[in-house]
Amino acid sequence: MDAFTRLDAKIAPLPLANIDTDQIIPKQFLKTVEREGLAKGLFYDLRFDGEGKERPGFVLNRPEYKGAGVLVAGDNFGCGSSREHAPWALMDFGIRCVVSTSFADIFYNNCFQNGLLPVVLPAEQVQALMEEAKGGNHLVTVDLEAQTVLSPAGETFHFEIDPVRKEKMLKGLDAIGETLQMAADIDTYEMRRALDRPWLEDA
Amino acid sequence: MRPMPGKTLYDKIWDAHVVTLQDGEAILYIDLHLIHEVTTPQAFAGLRLAKRPVRRPDRTLAVADHNVPTEGQALGVGAVADEEARLQLQTLERNVKDYGIEFFPMGDVRNGIVHVVGPEQGRTQPGMTIVCGDSHTSTHGAFGALAHGIGTSEVEHVLATQTLRQTKAKNFRVNIEGEPIPGVGAKDFALAVIGAIGTAGGTGYVIEYAGSAVRALSMEGRMTLCNLTIEAGARAGLVAPDETTFAYLMGRPSAPKGGAWEMALSYWKGFSTDPDAQFDREITLDAAEIAPLVTWGTSPEDVIAVSDRVPAPEDFASPDKRASAVRALEYMGLDAGQPITEARVDVVFIGSCTNSRIEDLRAAAKVVEGRKVSPSVRAMVVPGSGLVRAQAEDEGLDEIFLAAGFEWREPGCSMCLAMNPDKVPPGQRCASTSNRNFEGRQGRAGRTHLMSPVMAAAAAIAGHITDVRDYL
Repeated sequence: MDAFTRLDAKIAPLPLANIDTDQIIPKQFLKTVEREGLAKGLFYDLRFDGEGKERPGFVLNRPEYKGAGVLVAGDNFGCGSSREHAPWALMDFGIRCVVSTSFADIFYNNCFQNGLLPVVLPAEQVQALMEEAKGGNHLVTVDLEAQTVLSPAGETFHFEIDPVRKEKMLKGLDAIGETLQMAADIDTYEMRRALDRPWLEDA
Repeated sequence: MRPMPGKTLYDKIWDAHVVTLQDGEAILYIDLHLIHEVTTPQAFAGLRLAKRPVRRPDRTLAVADHNVPTEGQALGVGAVADEEARLQLQTLERNVKDYGIEFFPMGDVRNGIVHVVGPEQGRTQPGMTIVCGDSHTSTHGAFGALAHGIGTSEVEHVLATQTLRQTKAKNFRVNIEGEPIPGVGAKDFALAVIGAIGTAGGTGYVIEYAGSAVRALSMEGRMTLCNLTIEAGARAGLVAPDETTFAYLMGRPSAPKGGAWEMALSYWKGFSTDPDAQFDREITLDAAEIAPLVTWGTSPEDVIAVSDRVPAPEDFASPDKRASAVRALEYMGLDAGQPITEARVDVVFIGSCTNSRIEDLRAAAKVVEGRKVSPSVRAMVVPGSGLVRAQAEDEGLDEIFLAAGFEWREPGCSMCLAMNPDKVPPGQRCASTSNRNFEGRQGRAGRTHLMSPVMAAAAAIAGHITDVRDYL
């Protein structure tokens, strides 16, 4: 997993609630057997029209938001399908952080597997960032160590994050490697389980 | 000393599966891992790269469901026309072979939608932890199993360790009491809950469904209810196991037999919420007040009664929600204030992990029997598994559907998510028994109205959204 420490980047506003993972990466891009190359499908139906031509009005197509590294979006970002292709596509496109009032559970977990930082802020701060992102200056600094977002206007918003998840993201740790350190505990659990629930062993 | 507070069903399943704690996270043992072709290729690639084995191939079951065409399945994967879908299906075949995982391939009568197959085979059992790289894994909560969707990195984690790193969710109880009116069932209950709490209302919670109306549901109904829990944002849905659960499980291929059944039964009976357990949130709905429901917009929380009018953006409180409503009305081709029954449908889809089980097909067939599909409508029934299809054919349901003008197709996820040839064409409107009405979900620019199987059947006959109570 990529580590995330501090990010200075443009912030792009997506003022819609319930942006689901079908919108983030539509189904036709899920047939890949690779993790890479999904940027082409990110927000496909928002970025392109029925003929595959760019929609000039869509925020990520506008020149002033080119190379944006942060998105600020409405409530319940990432709801719907569990597809990890959603964070993969965002990362492949260059988005490293999404700010919203709330995230759907599975998407939120998937972000932490990939070094994509989901930042939860209160509604009025998300709204403030949204308005500032629409203006001429839209550079923000996201500092995971300090748990802050520095807005374009120079306001600092503090965000909460689980300390364990924060630590892992700062270091870019491999979850499987860590869990395998506990293999002896898993062995013990399995032996006990085989005694308590033997019917599960001969399925 | 203060007595220990009672435990919820969720607390009990959680406690029974904590292997250990590490860095403040629980390492939770996983009893059953279901896998399919779409969310696993990168997980197996990761295992190969790290030279890691699959810890418990015997606790893993694979099916092919998302990509499969719903006709010509006997021809095998080699005949799948879509090159990328074929590669993904072949990749799964290779992975299950390399790692020794049991697999019901496309065309096998036991194959079908993963959340139909697990319960049908008796793999899904009370008190278990079950995961799958698919958000609708919540379905299995109907058996009193803690079941939820995971991402591909977590699929790899479970393959390698048979565990998942988790932090515990909060407890939410939804009581549905009383008797529903005719024409109203589990799908309407689920949509009513989502309408009441919103698509983020369950975020951070596991929901336990209780109350007399839930107890009265069949296993199929409970699966529909738990299936849609993810659309309310909750990690999982649960119904405590009872005699209905045990009767469903008895005799299924992977259910315990003989002495093992008795032992399992006494273990399963321990999985219910203690009377003095505390919930972090609780709501109660009156089943009798729930009308047949439909969605008007592009989020499952956009729910109205079939007798209602389409709402206006001004009806919503926050600017984001108003903006989303404006966009949804435009996308759906509807006007604020219009009766929803004016919406003419082009396609009717009865299927998906939400509503493709035998009881769903029986209920729809009852509405359809002796009637004809409106000439302007393409209507299809896609049974959830080969076994559901075979049972429906034994009962003559296929003949009822075919005589009315429905297509009777082979099992798979089909038109729920448009990853296979079954799609809603651009601009067309679909009455669907599936679970998501998101933009483009059933096909680019396709318009989805979620509803129950009986409501979808009635829409097929009428050619527009209509109140099923006129067809009972």
